[in-house]
Amino acid sequence: MTRGTIYLIFIAVLLFMTTGLLITSSTGIIDLTEKRQLVQALGITDLSLSSEARYTRHPSQADLFSAFQDFPAAFEHFPTGSIIAPNPVGFFSRVKIQHHSGKQN
Amino acid sequence: MLRQLKILEFTLSSLLRRKYKNLSLITVYAFTIATLGSVLFLTHALKMEATGSLTTAPELVVQRVAAGRHDLIPTAYTEVISKLPGVASVTPRVWGYYYDSLIKANLTLVGISSYQGDLELLEGRLPDNAEECAIGRGVAIAFGPAIGDDLVLEDSGKSRTVFKITGIFRAESNLLTNDLVVLQEAALRDFFSMDQKLATDLVVQVHNQREIKTLAKKIKYNLPDTRPITRDEILHTYDTLFNWRSGMMLAVAVAALISFCILAWDKATGISAEEKQEIGVLKAIGWETSDVLAVKFWEGTVISLTSFVLGILAAWIHVFAFGAPALVPLLKGWSVLFPEFQLTPAVDFYQVFVLGFLTIVPYLACTVIPSWKTAVTEPEYVMRG
Repeated sequence: MTRGTIYLIFIAVLLFMTTGLLITSSTGIIDLTEKRQLVQALGITDLSLSSEARYTRHPSQADLFSAFQDFPAAFEHFPTGSIIAPNPVGFFSRVKIQHHSGKQN
Repeated sequence: MLRQLKILEFTLSSLLRRKYKNLSLITVYAFTIATLGSVLFLTHALKMEATGSLTTAPELVVQRVAAGRHDLIPTAYTEVISKLPGVASVTPRVWGYYYDSLIKANLTLVGISSYQGDLELLEGRLPDNAEECAIGRGVAIAFGPAIGDDLVLEDSGKSRTVFKITGIFRAESNLLTNDLVVLQEAALRDFFSMDQKLATDLVVQVHNQREIKTLAKKIKYNLPDTRPITRDEILHTYDTLFNWRSGMMLAVAVAALISFCILAWDKATGISAEEKQEIGVLKAIGWETSDVLAVKFWEGTVISLTSFVLGILAAWIHVFAFGAPALVPLLKGWSVLFPEFQLTPAVDFYQVFVLGFLTIVPYLACTVIPSWKTAVTEPEYVMRG
């Protein structure tokens, strides 16, 4: 058996294994019924991933300033703050500037 | 076909002549792919877990915002919201955080009013009265109690409060319940010394799912100091948290991509004198430029394809068989309680295809183009260097 044939068999086996794993992973039906029951019963809104800061424990419930919570312009000091950034939703307000008549821009 | 097999044979012999160099190249290349693949697999699996489980999360959560921060919401707001057309029910919730100085960990305390029926993912049962609690697996491991033991916590007045543990959540639910302590709502209100007229937030149930957004706007209009969070927004948060622009992808994947670029750039900026001489000899003994390019194409394919497949395989094993031990510290940060989780394998083929395209094609180009430049030069000139 030549080196070329050995290599082709080797890479074919590797490709077969990897594709098999990927196909099983991408088409496998995940049964989340029990988890959904739990989420509904306890009213869970977030994954219990990082519990070091409230905005990384509950990213969906965190407020806009949670990452700078200690004082204005405070630096972010939790390591996961750079991985799980707050993504505030539900805030609608914005700054409006009203120009008084008689003043020029 | 036979000709290509012969060229592959020659390519492999050529690669084996510099086996240590090529083996180290494959190792580095595969490691880079494994790093990128691990991030892709981990973030996608977490995203699937979150967006799959949280589909039964509250339809609408209403918080109160005071001075730009989350504040306790008056329970009187329930009356205003209940009167809006389309609202089925409004339930005040009590929950909060508790720092335990003994194990130096943050716990999430959740109050429940009543729940009929058994939870599949709970060993034991939910608390029935104010002296009982159910805890997450992480809390059980940290404190070391079993069902029937007592959990002692210090309330807001620094008095010791004893709760009998009636249930411990199963390990399968770690990603949702790891740091939870579930108490009766009245007991938690007492524990936090929270006024009866206040709640942490309000959960709104609506009759028609399509009206959630409109109701959120109406709540905001009628109660301007509130912040409504819809279930879609919760799911969207996890979708964006773990997408390709997420912090984890930026922190790890960009570094790995840059190292791959350095690898490819080193290859593209020139081939070694030994490789030039080899091309020169091949041309001198009568090989066509196309033959030389075929050899280099096979060389690039053998190295990049082998590395890619090995890297993807390693990433899959790292994430789904071992629970991503190299990436978990990034998510853990300074958390004391961090869930031990076994992710359900979930892979996005599109992402794997993009990763393959972004790594195999540039490497092939970086192997073939410099060789083409050498192959079109006179053999004598090439061999003389």
